[in-house]
Amino acid sequence: MTTDSSTELGMPALRTGTELVPTLADGAPPATAKDYTSDQEVRWCPGCGDYAVLKAVQSFLPDLGLRRENIVFVSGIGCSSRFPYYLDTYGMHSIHGRAPAIATGLATAREDLSVWVVTGDGDALSIGGNHLIHALRRNVNMTILLFNNRIYGLTKGQYSPTSEAGKITKSTPMGSLDHPFNPVSLALGAEASFVARTIDSDRKHLTSVLSAAAAHRGTSLVEIYQNCPIFNDGAFDAIKGRDTAADALIPLVHGRPIRFGADGAKGLVRDHETGGVRVVEVGRDGVTDDDVLVHDAHAADPSTAFAISRLTDSGYLNRSPIGIFRQVERATYDDQARAQVSAAGHAAAGEPADRLAALVGGGDTWTVV
Amino acid sequence: MSKQVQQLDRVVIRFAGDSGDGMQLTGDRFTQESAVFGNDLVTLPNFPAEIRAPQGTLPGVSSFQVHFADHDILTAGDAPDVLVAMNPAALKANLGDLPKGATVIVDSHDFTARNLAKAGYEANPLDSLGEPDDVLAGLAVHPVDLTGMTVAAVKEFGLSRKDASRAKNMFALGLLSWMYGRPTEPTEAFLAKRFSKVPDIRDANLTAFKAGWAFGETTETFAVRYEVKPAPMGPGTYRNITGNLALAYGLVAGSVRSGLPLFLGSYPITPASDILHELSKHKAFGVTTFQAEDEIAGIGAAIGASFGGALGVTTTSGPGIALKSESIGLAVMTELPLVVIDVQRGGPSTGLPTKTEQSDLLQAMFGRNGEAPVPIVAPQSPGDCFAAAVEAARIAVTYRTPVMLLSDGYLANGSEPWRVPDVSPDSADLPTIDPDFATETNHGEGEDAEFWPYLRDETTLARPWAVPGTPGLEHRIGGLEKGEGHGNISYDPANHDLMVRTRQAKVDRIADSLPPLEVDDPSGSARVLAIGWGSTYGPIGAACRRVRKAGHEVAQVHLRHLNPFPRDLGEVLARYDRVLVPEMNLGQLSMLLRARYLVDAVGYNQVRGLPLKAAELAEALAALITETQQTEESRP
Repeated sequence: MTTDSSTELGMPALRTGTELVPTLADGAPPATAKDYTSDQEVRWCPGCGDYAVLKAVQSFLPDLGLRRENIVFVSGIGCSSRFPYYLDTYGMHSIHGRAPAIATGLATAREDLSVWVVTGDGDALSIGGNHLIHALRRNVNMTILLFNNRIYGLTKGQYSPTSEAGKITKSTPMGSLDHPFNPVSLALGAEASFVARTIDSDRKHLTSVLSAAAAHRGTSLVEIYQNCPIFNDGAFDAIKGRDTAADALIPLVHGRPIRFGADGAKGLVRDHETGGVRVVEVGRDGVTDDDVLVHDAHAADPSTAFAISRLTDSGYLNRSPIGIFRQVERATYDDQARAQVSAAGHAAAGEPADRLAALVGGGDTWTVV
Repeated sequence: MSKQVQQLDRVVIRFAGDSGDGMQLTGDRFTQESAVFGNDLVTLPNFPAEIRAPQGTLPGVSSFQVHFADHDILTAGDAPDVLVAMNPAALKANLGDLPKGATVIVDSHDFTARNLAKAGYEANPLDSLGEPDDVLAGLAVHPVDLTGMTVAAVKEFGLSRKDASRAKNMFALGLLSWMYGRPTEPTEAFLAKRFSKVPDIRDANLTAFKAGWAFGETTETFAVRYEVKPAPMGPGTYRNITGNLALAYGLVAGSVRSGLPLFLGSYPITPASDILHELSKHKAFGVTTFQAEDEIAGIGAAIGASFGGALGVTTTSGPGIALKSESIGLAVMTELPLVVIDVQRGGPSTGLPTKTEQSDLLQAMFGRNGEAPVPIVAPQSPGDCFAAAVEAARIAVTYRTPVMLLSDGYLANGSEPWRVPDVSPDSADLPTIDPDFATETNHGEGEDAEFWPYLRDETTLARPWAVPGTPGLEHRIGGLEKGEGHGNISYDPANHDLMVRTRQAKVDRIADSLPPLEVDDPSGSARVLAIGWGSTYGPIGAACRRVRKAGHEVAQVHLRHLNPFPRDLGEVLARYDRVLVPEMNLGQLSMLLRARYLVDAVGYNQVRGLPLKAAELAEALAALITETQQTEESRP
């Protein structure tokens, strides 16, 4: 329930993402990954990155300590959108691109649910691009897991809105002509209050990002690099390779200098000519430790986060920041919508049935006897 | 000066002017005065799709027609008895609708060379009244300097000439109010309230209104006052109401009745937006209104809310339904309650946004991929939108299905006196709407007890509605085919065949809950039946009355439910030799009746963006009746 004091302030107090969701009773045995596993046979291709994400989510959900019946997964269409069937929570496998809209209605109608959206690069950024950006700007309390494999898997291998330009696929035998979206840049442009990126193969990082996303009140967008072994195998080899990962991955940790490369030899500094950021070798060309940018995920202004997001290659992936780009507090659409309904309800006197009689019998009336 | 008072049983007045002249407000006020006076009435607003079409031009003309009577009437009138024209364009645009002898009051002030040219008049028609070349011959034309007198009357308030002349619509209203003996208190109270924060404007409007009344009383231009006595109505409390307002109230009533919070997901579109506006005022009833980024998100959010246990509603017009089709299919497949409101307008594509039409029936019936049956209900008059909305909610919640409600532009904006229903909890005016949420497992025993989301009620074939937050009933639904009972994904051919037939059977079973048709056949021996649906109820009823007055026999049936049809429809159709189906489309109900009942339905079809005219329809009915008799006589 929305409290009276928050109503008086005209804006609900900021809370954690799951604050209004019922938790397990004191003394109840903690849930396990098995509790969250449905009886349905998982039907992804062997080697699909989705398996790793599913395992991570099933293992992570018990950590939230929530009642399982108050968790809902909503998905669109695509390989990753089969996700809800494999979790023993409430779920809806909806239609292509519309999961954020459906989740918006659900999250607004029910403050006591932990609402998750599972979507892919085609589902979220192509057919559902409109709903995604509007969910982000409204800041509805939900967590969106965007599985990005940079290809259409379920329709068997056409290029997606995150595929690199020039990609040869079934529908683009001479190379695709589309310039790709950078999902993190897009989300920051829509003023998302929580934007992060992680990788299917890094269970620890994935889990920590999911944990922060769930704790955030508002729309959390988590881009998950996910390998499609059938139609786009190796898309993330550079950032997963033993020899290349150190130079390819730029870990973002709030409050820490942004360093990467072997022995942290590289770092990010502000580029005063472009207003953006650039990669430097620390200790060379007069660059000192003090020059290295300290990551501030809580900065109100998203400009630096956006600049960092631009370091991701738009072609074949050789370099990409991962972690939480941005996490700021902003009033959520659903909290405010419920506060308005609640305030109006408190201001009205009498039973609904009596008020209904007054409503339909209002205006200029006349009586015939 | 005492004036002659003439009794009339009914009058049709049309107020017409530029879109910026306030004609809708003027007509609405005259309507309220007539309603409070106790006349029966029906109104027809008609305005351009442009917010401000070029001033003074024919496309910019906005009008409001009100038909009021001392008896029960069904239509807004085929043709105006009185036209109030605020400029040359308003005169020209409406001239063709006037019968011989009609009264025309024009604001002579606006008949300037410039305005005449804009309206396409080469000469001022007011200059040749009574002359051989009088284009207004046969009409009782009264040129009155409405603007000039208004400006003079409100001079004391020190308004600019432009602001002062804006009150001319209230002068015209005052004049007409005097002419037809309307009570003035409602309009005075209305103006005082509406302009309470701008005293100058308030006083100017009140003064102009009173000046118009006084002008009528003192001028020699108008020698006669008219009296239309109150109409006898059944006991009860009445109010005048538009279709969109009644529809919004019906949705709130459905919410209160079912105990389900109302969630409206909607995107603005003419002529449905007023339902969104109205519902957004009623948060105190637990109503959440969500203005979505598009039509698809509007219905998507409503489906999400329904999944969460709310009464999900989406409101739109025909083009919006086209965008929502896939989502309606999802609601059919997931078997969630959902009310989909289509306030129909002229189509195809953007069509005629502000004009009425009934051409979405087949879209509502079939406009989805796959076998996706959706129940359809339609209101027959503005006030009836209330009951139709409650009925849509009843079917949606009871049968776990999306329901289509087909209103139209005429019902949405038109108004009529409406007997306020009893909405108390034990009222018989409203149906029972029981969400009957599932709270327990329904399959297996003990350790093996499970919840099967597609295990159906034997009577209604409805599936259980278990909302998130209910422990032990966790389940997944979606757009993929379900296995009967357990609801898991199934690609089994026999299961798909069964599920397609079951979803159809569920919708068909709704007919078990419908009352028998009301057949209006006073003599009981009519050979011809007129059958319609939606807003054509008024014109069809009025046409039947005319036909009967002329000594013919005709029966009338009007359909509230278009899918499923009532159980006795086939039997009713079979009773008559000929069936006429008047519709504002090219024969959509005709097609359904022919397909379903093999009846040789005769269409009467117009798609002019306007309600059917009762007189023309009566002629068609009479012709069919005569033809039927002749066929009978020519038989050996």
